[in-house]
Amino acid sequence: MNAVSALELGRQIRDGERSAVEATDAVLARIGERDAGLGALREATVEHARTTAAEIDRRVAAGEAMGPLAGVPVALKDNICTRGLPTTCGSRILEGWRPPYDATVVTRLAAAGMVTVGKTNMDEFAMGSSTENSAYEATVNPLDSSRVPGGSSGGSAAAVAAGLVPLALGSDTGGSIRQPAAFCGVVGVKPTYGRVSRFGLVAYASSLDQIGPFATNVADAAALLEAIAGHDAMDSTSIPEAFPDITARLGDGVDGLRVGLPREFLGDGIAEDVRRRVHAAADALAAAGAVVDETSVPAAAHALSAYYIIAPAEASSNLSRFDGVRFGVRKDAPTTPEMYDLTRSAGFGHEVKNRIMLGTYALSAGYYDAYYGTAQKVRTLVIADFDAAYERFDVLLAPTAPTTAFPRNTLVHDPVKLYQQDICTIPTNLAGHPAMSVPFGTGDDGLPVGVQVLAPALGEVDMFRVAAVLEEVAP
Amino acid sequence: MPERITRDDVEAVARLARLRLTDAELDLSAKELDAILGHADDIASLDLAGVEPTSHPYPLGNVFRDDVATPSLDRDEVLAAAPAAEDGMFRVPPVIGEEP
Repeated sequence: MNAVSALELGRQIRDGERSAVEATDAVLARIGERDAGLGALREATVEHARTTAAEIDRRVAAGEAMGPLAGVPVALKDNICTRGLPTTCGSRILEGWRPPYDATVVTRLAAAGMVTVGKTNMDEFAMGSSTENSAYEATVNPLDSSRVPGGSSGGSAAAVAAGLVPLALGSDTGGSIRQPAAFCGVVGVKPTYGRVSRFGLVAYASSLDQIGPFATNVADAAALLEAIAGHDAMDSTSIPEAFPDITARLGDGVDGLRVGLPREFLGDGIAEDVRRRVHAAADALAAAGAVVDETSVPAAAHALSAYYIIAPAEASSNLSRFDGVRFGVRKDAPTTPEMYDLTRSAGFGHEVKNRIMLGTYALSAGYYDAYYGTAQKVRTLVIADFDAAYERFDVLLAPTAPTTAFPRNTLVHDPVKLYQQDICTIPTNLAGHPAMSVPFGTGDDGLPVGVQVLAPALGEVDMFRVAAVLEEVAP
Repeated sequence: MPERITRDDVEAVARLARLRLTDAELDLSAKELDAILGHADDIASLDLAGVEPTSHPYPLGNVFRDDVATPSLDRDEVLAAAPAAEDGMFRVPPVIGEEP
Protein backbone atom coordinates (compact mmCIF):
# COMPACT_ATOMS: atom_id res chain seq x y z
CA MET A 1 0.00 0.00 0.00
CA ASN A 2 1.07 3.58 -0.51
CA ALA A 3 2.58 5.01 2.61
CA VAL A 4 1.67 8.55 1.67
CA SER A 5 -1.27 10.22 -0.04
CA ALA A 6 -0.98 11.77 -3.50
CA LEU A 7 -1.13 15.27 -2.01
CA GLU A 8 1.60 14.45 0.53
CA LEU A 9 3.73 12.98 -2.26
CA GLY A 10 3.17 16.17 -4.25
CA ARG A 11 4.28 18.26 -1.26
CA GLN A 12 7.43 16.17 -0.81
CA ILE A 13 8.30 16.65 -4.48
CA ARG A 14 7.65 20.42 -4.34
CA ASP A 15 9.72 20.74 -1.17
CA GLY A 16 12.58 18.76 -2.67
CA GLU A 17 12.33 15.91 -0.14
CA ARG A 18 11.86 13.43 -2.93
CA SER A 19 12.28 13.77 -6.69
CA ALA A 20 9.55 13.07 -9.24
CA VAL A 21 11.93 10.61 -10.90
CA GLU A 22 12.30 8.68 -7.62
CA ALA A 23 8.52 8.63 -7.15
CA THR A 24 8.02 7.46 -10.73
CA ASP A 25 10.71 4.78 -10.52
CA ALA A 26 9.17 3.49 -7.29
CA VAL A 27 5.78 3.20 -9.00
CA LEU A 28 7.27 1.52 -12.07
CA ALA A 29 9.11 -0.94 -9.83
CA ARG A 30 5.91 -1.78 -7.96
CA ILE A 31 4.08 -2.32 -11.25
CA GLY A 32 6.90 -4.60 -12.41
CA GLU A 33 6.86 -6.61 -9.19
CA ARG A 34 3.16 -6.93 -8.54
CA ASP A 35 1.07 -6.42 -11.65
CA ALA A 36 1.70 -9.84 -13.19
CA GLY A 37 -0.80 -11.50 -10.82
CA LEU A 38 -3.21 -8.59 -10.91
CA GLY A 39 -3.62 -7.56 -14.55
CA ALA A 40 -4.40 -3.96 -13.61
CA LEU A 41 -2.15 -2.37 -16.23
CA ARG A 42 -2.40 -2.83 -19.98
CA GLU A 43 0.97 -1.21 -20.41
CA ALA A 44 3.41 0.80 -18.31
CA THR A 45 4.52 3.91 -20.22
CA VAL A 46 8.04 3.72 -18.83
CA GLU A 47 10.00 5.97 -21.15
CA HIS A 48 7.29 8.64 -21.29
CA ALA A 49 6.98 8.61 -17.48
CA ARG A 50 10.71 8.98 -16.82
CA THR A 51 11.06 11.80 -19.33
CA THR A 52 8.07 13.66 -17.87
CA ALA A 53 9.26 13.17 -14.28
CA ALA A 54 12.76 14.42 -15.10
CA GLU A 55 11.23 17.55 -16.63
CA ILE A 56 9.19 18.15 -13.44
CA ASP A 57 12.35 17.80 -11.36
CA ARG A 58 14.08 20.38 -13.57
CA ARG A 59 11.18 22.80 -13.07
CA VAL A 60 11.14 22.26 -9.28
CA ALA A 61 14.90 22.80 -9.16
CA ALA A 62 14.48 26.01 -11.18
CA GLY A 63 12.15 27.30 -8.46
CA GLU A 64 9.02 27.25 -10.62
CA ALA A 65 5.71 27.37 -8.70
CA MET A 66 4.14 23.93 -9.07
CA GLY A 67 0.58 22.68 -8.47
CA PRO A 68 -0.41 20.31 -5.66
CA LEU A 69 -0.06 17.15 -7.79
CA ALA A 70 3.07 18.02 -9.78
CA GLY A 71 5.32 15.00 -10.11
CA VAL A 72 2.64 12.60 -8.85
CA PRO A 73 2.23 9.41 -10.92
CA VAL A 74 -1.18 8.63 -12.40
CA ALA A 75 -2.58 5.74 -14.47
CA LEU A 76 -5.22 6.20 -17.17
CA LYS A 77 -8.00 3.92 -18.30
CA ASP A 78 -7.09 2.61 -21.73
CA ASN A 79 -9.99 4.39 -23.47
CA ILE A 80 -8.36 7.79 -22.85
CA CYS A 81 -6.31 8.84 -25.88
CA THR A 82 -2.61 9.37 -25.24
CA ARG A 83 -0.58 10.73 -28.15
CA GLY A 84 1.97 8.19 -29.31
CA LEU A 85 1.13 5.77 -26.50
CA PRO A 86 -1.00 2.64 -27.06
CA THR A 87 -4.75 3.06 -26.47
CA THR A 88 -6.62 -0.22 -26.93
CA CYS A 89 -9.97 0.23 -25.13
CA GLY A 90 -9.41 -3.39 -24.06
CA SER A 91 -10.21 -4.42 -27.65
CA ARG A 92 -8.33 -6.34 -30.33
CA ILE A 93 -9.66 -3.92 -32.92
CA LEU A 94 -7.37 -1.18 -31.56
CA GLU A 95 -4.36 -3.38 -30.90
CA GLY A 96 -1.20 -1.44 -31.67
CA TRP A 97 -2.99 1.86 -32.30
CA ARG A 98 -1.21 4.97 -31.12
CA PRO A 99 -3.51 8.02 -31.14
CA PRO A 100 -2.26 11.12 -32.98
CA TYR A 101 -3.56 13.38 -30.20
CA ASP A 102 -4.05 13.65 -26.44
CA ALA A 103 -7.42 13.68 -24.72
CA THR A 104 -8.11 17.01 -23.00
CA VAL A 105 -7.73 15.35 -19.59
CA VAL A 106 -4.25 14.19 -20.61
CA THR A 107 -3.33 17.74 -21.59
CA ARG A 108 -4.64 18.96 -18.22
CA LEU A 109 -2.75 16.32 -16.26
CA ALA A 110 0.39 17.41 -18.08
CA ALA A 111 -0.34 21.05 -17.23
CA ALA A 112 -0.70 19.99 -13.58
CA GLY A 113 2.74 18.38 -13.83
CA MET A 114 1.42 14.86 -13.33
CA VAL A 115 3.23 11.84 -14.67
CA THR A 116 1.31 9.23 -16.70
CA VAL A 117 2.85 5.89 -15.78
CA GLY A 118 0.52 3.52 -17.58
CA LYS A 119 -2.77 2.60 -19.18
CA THR A 120 -5.15 0.43 -17.21
CA ASN A 121 -7.10 -2.65 -18.20
CA MET A 122 -10.85 -2.39 -18.82
CA ASP A 123 -13.84 -4.26 -20.15
CA GLU A 124 -13.78 -3.98 -23.93
CA PHE A 125 -15.05 -0.49 -24.90
CA ALA A 126 -16.16 -0.07 -21.25
CA MET A 127 -18.90 -2.67 -21.68
CA GLY A 128 -18.91 -4.77 -18.53
CA SER A 129 -18.99 -4.68 -14.76
CA SER A 130 -16.16 -7.05 -13.83
CA THR A 131 -13.15 -6.32 -16.11
CA GLU A 132 -13.45 -9.91 -17.33
CA ASN A 133 -14.52 -8.67 -20.77
CA SER A 134 -11.10 -7.28 -21.69
CA ALA A 135 -9.84 -8.90 -24.89
CA TYR A 136 -6.39 -9.18 -23.30
CA GLU A 137 -6.74 -10.47 -19.75
CA ALA A 138 -9.03 -10.28 -16.74
CA THR A 139 -8.10 -8.01 -13.84
CA VAL A 140 -8.18 -9.52 -10.36
CA ASN A 141 -9.41 -7.86 -7.17
CA PRO A 142 -6.25 -7.01 -5.20
CA LEU A 143 -8.04 -7.64 -1.89
CA ASP A 144 -9.11 -11.20 -2.81
CA SER A 145 -7.84 -12.87 -5.95
CA SER A 146 -10.96 -15.06 -6.23
CA ARG A 147 -13.10 -11.94 -6.75
CA VAL A 148 -13.57 -9.49 -9.59
CA PRO A 149 -12.40 -5.89 -9.17
CA GLY A 150 -15.64 -4.58 -10.69
CA GLY A 151 -15.75 -2.75 -13.99
CA SER A 152 -15.47 -1.47 -16.48
CA SER A 153 -12.66 0.66 -14.96
CA GLY A 154 -11.45 -2.34 -12.93
CA GLY A 155 -7.81 -1.85 -13.88
CA SER A 156 -7.75 1.70 -12.53
CA ALA A 157 -9.52 0.70 -9.30
CA ALA A 158 -7.23 -2.31 -8.77
CA ALA A 159 -4.08 -0.28 -9.52
CA VAL A 160 -4.99 2.28 -6.85
CA ALA A 161 -6.24 -0.28 -4.32
CA ALA A 162 -3.09 -2.39 -4.69
CA GLY A 163 -0.93 0.68 -4.14
CA LEU A 164 0.65 0.48 -7.58
CA VAL A 165 -0.28 4.11 -8.24
CA PRO A 166 -1.66 6.81 -5.93
CA LEU A 167 -4.18 8.06 -8.50
CA ALA A 168 -5.97 6.91 -11.64
CA LEU A 169 -8.63 8.06 -14.07
CA GLY A 170 -11.56 5.97 -15.25
CA SER A 171 -14.76 6.56 -17.17
CA ASP A 172 -18.31 6.03 -15.93
CA THR A 173 -21.21 5.39 -18.32
CA GLY A 174 -23.44 3.33 -16.00
CA GLY A 175 -21.29 2.98 -12.88
CA SER A 176 -17.91 2.02 -14.33
CA ILE A 177 -15.96 4.21 -11.87
CA ARG A 178 -18.11 3.88 -8.75
CA GLN A 179 -18.77 0.12 -8.74
CA PRO A 180 -15.08 -0.90 -9.09
CA ALA A 181 -14.16 1.74 -6.49
CA ALA A 182 -16.64 0.11 -4.11
CA PHE A 183 -15.37 -3.42 -4.86
CA CYS A 184 -11.73 -2.43 -4.35
CA GLY A 185 -12.23 -0.21 -1.29
CA VAL A 186 -11.15 3.10 -2.85
CA VAL A 187 -12.81 6.44 -3.63
CA GLY A 188 -14.31 6.84 -7.11
CA VAL A 189 -16.09 9.88 -8.55
CA LYS A 190 -18.44 10.40 -11.49
CA PRO A 191 -18.69 14.18 -11.96
CA THR A 192 -21.72 16.02 -13.37
CA TYR A 193 -22.06 15.25 -17.08
CA GLY A 194 -20.11 17.99 -18.88
CA ARG A 195 -17.78 18.88 -15.98
CA VAL A 196 -14.87 16.95 -17.49
CA SER A 197 -14.18 17.13 -21.21
CA ARG A 198 -14.88 13.98 -23.20
CA PHE A 199 -12.56 15.08 -26.01
CA GLY A 200 -10.25 12.13 -26.56
CA LEU A 201 -12.32 9.70 -24.51
CA VAL A 202 -13.20 6.90 -26.93
CA ALA A 203 -17.00 7.08 -26.91
CA TYR A 204 -19.25 4.30 -25.63
CA ALA A 205 -22.54 6.16 -24.99
CA SER A 206 -21.91 9.84 -25.53
CA SER A 207 -24.85 11.22 -23.54
CA LEU A 208 -23.77 9.20 -20.47
CA ASP A 209 -19.95 8.93 -20.54
CA GLN A 210 -17.96 10.95 -18.03
CA ILE A 211 -14.31 10.75 -16.93
CA GLY A 212 -13.51 10.84 -13.21
CA PRO A 213 -10.87 10.09 -10.56
CA PHE A 214 -9.90 7.12 -8.40
CA ALA A 215 -7.93 7.76 -5.20
CA THR A 216 -7.26 6.18 -1.81
CA ASN A 217 -8.86 9.14 -0.04
CA VAL A 218 -11.38 11.93 -0.60
CA ALA A 219 -8.90 14.85 -0.60
CA ASP A 220 -6.74 13.21 -3.30
CA ALA A 221 -9.85 12.55 -5.40
CA ALA A 222 -10.88 16.21 -5.05
CA ALA A 223 -7.43 17.42 -6.10
CA LEU A 224 -7.36 15.16 -9.17
CA LEU A 225 -10.87 16.21 -10.19
CA GLU A 226 -9.91 19.88 -9.85
CA ALA A 227 -6.95 19.23 -12.13
CA ILE A 228 -9.08 17.82 -14.97
CA ALA A 229 -12.46 19.61 -14.65
CA GLY A 230 -13.63 22.80 -16.34
CA HIS A 231 -14.84 24.06 -19.68
CA ASP A 232 -13.24 22.78 -22.87
CA ALA A 233 -14.02 24.24 -26.28
CA MET A 234 -13.22 20.85 -27.86
CA ASP A 235 -16.31 19.26 -26.25
CA SER A 236 -19.62 20.86 -27.25
CA THR A 237 -21.30 19.29 -24.19
CA SER A 238 -18.78 20.88 -21.82
CA ILE A 239 -20.38 22.96 -19.04
CA PRO A 240 -19.35 26.64 -19.24
CA GLU A 241 -19.52 27.27 -15.45
CA ALA A 242 -16.17 27.34 -13.67
CA PHE A 243 -15.43 24.31 -11.51
CA PRO A 244 -15.64 25.17 -7.78
CA ASP A 245 -12.78 24.89 -5.28
CA ILE A 246 -13.94 21.67 -3.60
CA THR A 247 -10.70 21.21 -1.68
CA ALA A 248 -11.37 24.40 0.31
CA ARG A 249 -14.77 23.03 1.36
CA LEU A 250 -13.79 19.50 2.42
CA GLY A 251 -13.72 20.44 6.09
CA ASP A 252 -17.09 22.21 6.10
CA GLY A 253 -18.89 19.28 7.75
CA VAL A 254 -22.53 18.39 7.20
CA ASP A 255 -24.28 20.39 9.92
CA GLY A 256 -27.80 21.14 8.69
CA LEU A 257 -27.25 19.40 5.35
CA ARG A 258 -30.36 17.48 4.22
CA VAL A 259 -29.60 13.85 3.34
CA GLY A 260 -32.24 11.67 1.67
CA LEU A 261 -32.37 7.86 1.65
CA PRO A 262 -34.25 6.87 -1.53
CA ARG A 263 -36.10 3.63 -0.89
CA GLU A 264 -35.77 2.41 -4.51
CA PHE A 265 -32.01 2.06 -3.87
CA LEU A 266 -32.44 0.05 -0.67
CA GLY A 267 -35.04 -2.55 -1.59
CA ASP A 268 -34.99 -6.12 -2.84
CA GLY A 269 -31.86 -7.01 -4.70
CA ILE A 270 -29.59 -5.17 -2.27
CA ALA A 271 -27.67 -7.54 0.02
CA GLU A 272 -28.52 -7.17 3.69
CA ASP A 273 -24.92 -6.49 4.78
CA VAL A 274 -24.62 -3.70 2.19
CA ARG A 275 -27.94 -2.18 3.28
CA ARG A 276 -26.79 -2.19 6.92
CA ARG A 277 -23.67 -0.21 6.01
CA VAL A 278 -25.71 2.42 4.16
CA HIS A 279 -27.99 2.86 7.16
CA ALA A 280 -24.95 3.05 9.44
CA ALA A 281 -23.51 5.75 7.18
CA ALA A 282 -26.80 7.66 7.36
CA ASP A 283 -26.76 7.40 11.16
CA ALA A 284 -23.18 8.68 11.22
CA LEU A 285 -24.14 11.69 9.10
CA ALA A 286 -27.09 12.40 11.41
CA ALA A 287 -24.73 12.24 14.38
CA ALA A 288 -22.53 14.78 12.57
CA GLY A 289 -25.46 17.18 12.30
CA ALA A 290 -27.10 16.26 9.00
CA VAL A 291 -30.88 16.01 8.72
CA VAL A 292 -31.60 12.51 7.42
CA ASP A 293 -34.93 11.26 6.13
CA GLU A 294 -36.36 8.68 3.73
CA THR A 295 -37.38 9.72 0.24
CA SER A 296 -38.37 8.23 -3.08
CA VAL A 297 -37.18 8.41 -6.70
CA PRO A 298 -39.87 6.15 -8.20
CA ALA A 299 -38.66 6.13 -11.84
CA ALA A 300 -35.22 4.94 -10.71
CA ALA A 301 -36.77 1.48 -10.60
CA HIS A 302 -37.02 1.62 -14.42
CA ALA A 303 -33.62 3.22 -15.04
CA LEU A 304 -31.83 -0.07 -15.74
CA SER A 305 -34.26 -0.96 -18.52
CA ALA A 306 -33.99 2.47 -20.10
CA TYR A 307 -30.19 2.39 -19.86
CA TYR A 308 -29.89 -0.97 -21.60
CA ILE A 309 -31.73 0.50 -24.59
CA ILE A 310 -30.11 3.96 -24.65
CA ALA A 311 -26.48 2.95 -24.06
CA PRO A 312 -26.42 0.21 -26.74
CA ALA A 313 -28.25 2.52 -29.16
CA GLU A 314 -25.56 5.17 -28.77
CA ALA A 315 -22.83 2.51 -28.85
CA SER A 316 -24.09 1.03 -32.11
CA SER A 317 -23.62 4.46 -33.69
CA ASN A 318 -20.32 5.31 -31.97
CA LEU A 319 -18.66 1.99 -32.73
CA SER A 320 -19.47 2.20 -36.43
CA ARG A 321 -16.20 4.15 -36.74
CA PHE A 322 -14.20 0.96 -36.16
CA ASP A 323 -14.16 -0.23 -39.75
CA GLY A 324 -10.51 -0.93 -40.53
CA VAL A 325 -10.04 2.26 -42.55
CA ARG A 326 -8.53 4.94 -40.31
CA PHE A 327 -7.15 3.24 -37.23
CA GLY A 328 -6.49 -0.07 -35.59
CA VAL A 329 -6.53 -3.49 -37.12
CA ARG A 330 -7.72 -4.44 -40.62
CA LYS A 331 -8.62 -7.88 -41.92
CA ASP A 332 -7.83 -7.88 -45.63
CA ALA A 333 -10.58 -8.71 -48.11
CA PRO A 334 -11.14 -8.22 -51.86
CA THR A 335 -13.68 -5.40 -51.39
CA THR A 336 -14.21 -2.69 -48.79
CA PRO A 337 -17.63 -3.94 -47.62
CA GLU A 338 -16.18 -7.40 -47.00
CA MET A 339 -13.18 -5.81 -45.28
CA TYR A 340 -15.60 -4.00 -42.91
CA ASP A 341 -17.37 -7.26 -42.08
CA LEU A 342 -14.23 -9.29 -41.47
CA THR A 343 -12.48 -6.54 -39.51
CA ARG A 344 -15.40 -5.90 -37.17
CA SER A 345 -16.23 -9.59 -36.72
CA ALA A 346 -12.64 -10.44 -35.79
CA GLY A 347 -11.94 -7.22 -33.85
CA PHE A 348 -14.92 -7.03 -31.49
CA GLY A 349 -15.62 -9.45 -28.64
CA HIS A 350 -18.93 -11.13 -27.91
CA GLU A 351 -20.35 -8.58 -25.45
CA VAL A 352 -19.48 -5.65 -27.73
CA LYS A 353 -21.18 -7.39 -30.67
CA ASN A 354 -24.23 -8.03 -28.49
CA ARG A 355 -24.55 -4.38 -27.49
CA ILE A 356 -23.98 -3.13 -31.04
CA MET A 357 -26.72 -5.47 -32.29
CA LEU A 358 -29.06 -4.59 -29.42
CA GLY A 359 -28.63 -0.90 -30.22
CA THR A 360 -29.03 -1.44 -33.94
CA TYR A 361 -32.25 -3.33 -33.24
CA ALA A 362 -33.60 -0.70 -30.84
CA LEU A 363 -32.97 2.03 -33.44
CA SER A 364 -34.28 0.12 -36.45
CA ALA A 365 -37.44 1.05 -38.35
CA GLY A 366 -40.51 -0.33 -36.64
CA TYR A 367 -38.87 -0.66 -33.24
CA TYR A 368 -37.49 2.84 -32.71
CA ASP A 369 -40.51 4.27 -30.88
CA ALA A 370 -41.19 1.13 -28.87
CA TYR A 371 -37.64 0.83 -27.56
CA TYR A 372 -35.49 3.94 -28.00
CA GLY A 373 -38.35 6.44 -27.83
CA THR A 374 -39.80 4.79 -24.72
CA ALA A 375 -36.41 4.66 -23.02
CA GLN A 376 -35.83 8.37 -23.69
CA LYS A 377 -39.16 9.18 -22.05
CA VAL A 378 -38.28 7.07 -19.02
CA ARG A 379 -35.09 9.11 -18.85
CA THR A 380 -37.24 12.24 -18.56
CA LEU A 381 -39.14 10.66 -15.65
CA VAL A 382 -35.92 9.70 -13.87
CA ILE A 383 -34.70 13.30 -14.09
CA ALA A 384 -38.07 14.69 -12.90
CA ASP A 385 -38.14 12.34 -9.91
CA PHE A 386 -34.57 13.25 -8.93
CA ASP A 387 -35.46 16.96 -9.27
CA ALA A 388 -38.41 16.46 -6.92
CA ALA A 389 -36.20 14.68 -4.37
CA TYR A 390 -33.60 17.46 -4.56
CA GLU A 391 -36.23 20.03 -3.66
CA ARG A 392 -36.22 18.48 -0.20
CA PHE A 393 -32.66 17.17 0.03
CA ASP A 394 -29.15 18.44 -0.71
CA VAL A 395 -27.74 14.96 -1.35
CA LEU A 396 -28.96 11.37 -1.46
CA LEU A 397 -27.27 8.35 0.10
CA ALA A 398 -27.40 4.86 -1.45
CA PRO A 399 -25.37 1.70 -1.91
CA THR A 400 -22.88 1.87 -4.78
CA ALA A 401 -23.42 -1.78 -5.74
CA PRO A 402 -25.94 -4.37 -4.56
CA THR A 403 -23.22 -6.69 -3.18
CA THR A 404 -19.54 -6.72 -2.32
CA ALA A 405 -17.13 -7.96 -5.02
CA PHE A 406 -18.55 -11.13 -6.54
CA PRO A 407 -16.55 -14.26 -7.51
CA ARG A 408 -14.73 -14.38 -10.84
CA ASN A 409 -16.14 -16.39 -13.76
CA THR A 410 -19.73 -16.19 -12.55
CA LEU A 411 -21.88 -13.25 -13.65
CA VAL A 412 -19.83 -12.69 -16.80
CA HIS A 413 -21.79 -15.56 -18.35
CA ASP A 414 -25.20 -14.12 -17.44
CA PRO A 415 -25.70 -10.66 -18.99
CA VAL A 416 -29.01 -9.89 -17.28
CA LYS A 417 -27.60 -10.62 -13.82
CA LEU A 418 -24.38 -8.78 -14.62
CA TYR A 419 -26.34 -5.72 -15.75
CA GLN A 420 -28.19 -5.71 -12.41
CA GLN A 421 -24.87 -4.86 -10.77
CA ASP A 422 -25.52 -1.35 -12.07
CA ILE A 423 -28.99 -0.72 -10.59
CA CYS A 424 -27.71 1.78 -8.01
CA THR A 425 -25.37 3.67 -10.32
CA ILE A 426 -27.27 3.94 -13.62
CA PRO A 427 -29.96 6.43 -12.52
CA THR A 428 -27.40 9.21 -12.01
CA ASN A 429 -25.88 8.62 -15.44
CA LEU A 430 -29.31 8.98 -17.05
CA ALA A 431 -29.83 12.22 -15.09
CA GLY A 432 -26.31 13.52 -15.75
CA HIS A 433 -25.81 14.08 -12.03
CA PRO A 434 -22.61 13.64 -10.00
CA ALA A 435 -22.17 10.71 -7.61
CA MET A 436 -19.24 9.15 -5.80
CA SER A 437 -18.42 5.98 -3.91
CA VAL A 438 -16.69 6.11 -0.53
CA PRO A 439 -15.50 2.98 1.32
CA PHE A 440 -17.57 2.44 4.45
CA GLY A 441 -16.67 -0.71 6.33
CA THR A 442 -16.97 -4.26 5.05
CA GLY A 443 -19.63 -6.82 4.29
CA ASP A 444 -20.08 -10.19 5.98
CA ASP A 445 -17.33 -11.57 3.72
CA GLY A 446 -14.81 -9.01 4.95
CA LEU A 447 -14.71 -7.21 1.59
CA PRO A 448 -15.29 -3.45 1.27
CA VAL A 449 -18.71 -1.87 0.98
CA GLY A 450 -19.02 1.38 -0.97
CA VAL A 451 -21.55 3.98 0.08
CA GLN A 452 -22.68 6.23 -2.72
CA VAL A 453 -23.28 9.97 -2.33
CA LEU A 454 -25.54 11.42 -5.05
CA ALA A 455 -26.03 15.13 -5.72
CA PRO A 456 -27.92 17.29 -8.21
CA ALA A 457 -26.17 18.67 -11.30
CA LEU A 458 -23.22 20.89 -10.31
CA GLY A 459 -23.57 19.68 -6.70
CA GLU A 460 -19.98 18.44 -6.31
CA VAL A 461 -19.21 20.64 -3.28
CA ASP A 462 -21.95 19.19 -1.07
CA MET A 463 -21.21 15.69 -2.39
CA PHE A 464 -17.55 15.98 -1.35
CA ARG A 465 -18.45 17.50 2.06
CA VAL A 466 -20.53 14.41 2.80
CA ALA A 467 -17.83 12.10 1.45
CA ALA A 468 -15.21 13.75 3.68
CA VAL A 469 -17.35 13.17 6.79
CA LEU A 470 -18.08 9.56 5.79
CA GLU A 471 -14.37 8.94 5.34
CA GLU A 472 -13.66 10.34 8.79
CA VAL A 473 -16.26 8.21 10.59
CA ALA A 474 -16.01 5.05 8.45
CA PRO A 475 -15.64 1.85 10.51
CA MET B 1 -43.83 -3.43 -27.14
CA PRO B 2 -43.25 -5.56 -30.27
CA GLU B 3 -42.34 -9.24 -30.28
CA ARG B 4 -38.99 -9.81 -28.69
CA ILE B 5 -35.99 -10.57 -30.86
CA THR B 6 -35.77 -13.80 -32.91
CA ARG B 7 -32.75 -15.56 -34.36
CA ASP B 8 -33.70 -14.16 -37.78
CA ASP B 9 -33.85 -10.65 -36.31
CA VAL B 10 -30.37 -11.10 -34.89
CA GLU B 11 -29.10 -12.24 -38.27
CA ALA B 12 -30.66 -9.16 -39.87
CA VAL B 13 -29.24 -6.65 -37.35
CA ALA B 14 -25.84 -8.32 -37.55
CA ARG B 15 -25.88 -7.62 -41.28
CA LEU B 16 -26.92 -4.00 -40.68
CA ALA B 17 -24.15 -3.61 -38.11
CA ARG B 18 -21.59 -5.18 -40.46
CA LEU B 19 -20.94 -8.20 -38.28
CA ARG B 20 -20.72 -11.81 -39.43
CA LEU B 21 -21.70 -14.29 -36.74
CA THR B 22 -21.13 -18.04 -36.71
CA ASP B 23 -24.16 -20.26 -36.11
CA ALA B 24 -23.08 -20.78 -32.51
CA GLU B 25 -22.70 -17.01 -32.01
CA LEU B 26 -26.13 -16.42 -33.53
CA ASP B 27 -27.73 -18.93 -31.17
CA LEU B 28 -26.06 -17.44 -28.10
CA SER B 29 -26.75 -13.80 -29.04
CA ALA B 30 -30.40 -14.54 -29.87
CA LYS B 31 -30.84 -16.09 -26.43
CA GLU B 32 -29.02 -13.30 -24.59
CA LEU B 33 -30.61 -10.39 -26.45
CA ASP B 34 -34.05 -11.89 -25.94
CA ALA B 35 -33.38 -12.14 -22.20
CA ILE B 36 -32.13 -8.54 -22.08
CA LEU B 37 -35.14 -7.19 -23.98
CA GLY B 38 -37.38 -9.32 -21.77
CA HIS B 39 -35.87 -7.65 -18.74
CA ALA B 40 -36.66 -4.27 -20.30
CA ASP B 41 -40.34 -5.16 -20.71
CA ASP B 42 -41.22 -3.22 -17.54
CA ILE B 43 -40.98 0.13 -19.32
CA ALA B 44 -43.51 -0.94 -21.96
CA SER B 45 -46.31 -0.86 -19.40
CA LEU B 46 -45.56 2.66 -18.12
CA ASP B 47 -47.98 5.46 -18.93
CA LEU B 48 -45.75 7.84 -20.86
CA ALA B 49 -48.44 9.92 -22.53
CA GLY B 50 -47.33 13.54 -22.71
CA VAL B 51 -43.77 12.77 -21.53
CA GLU B 52 -41.10 14.40 -23.68
CA PRO B 53 -38.06 12.29 -24.62
CA THR B 54 -34.63 13.28 -23.21
CA SER B 55 -31.62 12.85 -25.46
CA HIS B 56 -29.15 14.87 -23.44
CA PRO B 57 -28.94 15.28 -19.66
CA TYR B 58 -27.63 18.81 -19.38
CA PRO B 59 -29.35 21.17 -21.81
CA LEU B 60 -27.01 23.62 -23.47
CA GLY B 61 -28.04 25.90 -26.33
CA ASN B 62 -26.31 25.71 -29.66
CA VAL B 63 -22.60 25.88 -28.99
CA PHE B 64 -20.61 27.93 -31.46
CA ARG B 65 -16.94 28.68 -31.63
CA ASP B 66 -15.40 31.73 -33.24
CA ASP B 67 -15.03 31.23 -36.98
CA VAL B 68 -11.26 31.13 -36.85
CA ALA B 69 -9.14 28.47 -38.49
CA THR B 70 -6.98 26.51 -36.04
CA PRO B 71 -4.43 23.80 -36.73
CA SER B 72 -5.81 20.31 -37.33
CA LEU B 73 -4.16 17.00 -36.57
CA ASP B 74 -0.92 16.37 -38.42
CA ARG B 75 -1.85 14.46 -41.58
CA ASP B 76 1.23 12.26 -41.65
CA GLU B 77 0.75 11.31 -38.01
CA VAL B 78 -2.90 10.41 -38.64
CA LEU B 79 -2.09 8.35 -41.73
CA ALA B 80 0.74 6.60 -39.91
CA ALA B 81 -1.86 5.18 -37.50
CA ALA B 82 -4.02 3.81 -40.35
CA PRO B 83 -3.84 0.22 -41.62
CA ALA B 84 -2.96 1.45 -45.15
CA ALA B 85 -2.27 4.84 -46.69
CA GLU B 86 -1.08 6.18 -50.03
CA ASP B 87 -0.50 9.66 -51.49
CA GLY B 88 -1.75 11.38 -48.34
CA MET B 89 -4.97 9.37 -48.26
CA PHE B 90 -6.39 6.30 -46.52
CA ARG B 91 -6.13 3.31 -48.86
CA VAL B 92 -8.97 0.78 -48.97
CA PRO B 93 -9.82 -2.21 -51.19
CA PRO B 94 -12.22 -1.63 -54.15
CA VAL B 95 -15.54 -0.28 -52.89
CA ILE B 96 -17.69 -1.65 -55.72
CA GLY B 97 -17.26 -4.35 -58.32
CA GLU B 98 -14.46 -6.86 -58.76
CA GLU B 99 -10.89 -6.21 -57.83
CA PRO B 100 -9.11 -4.75 -60.88
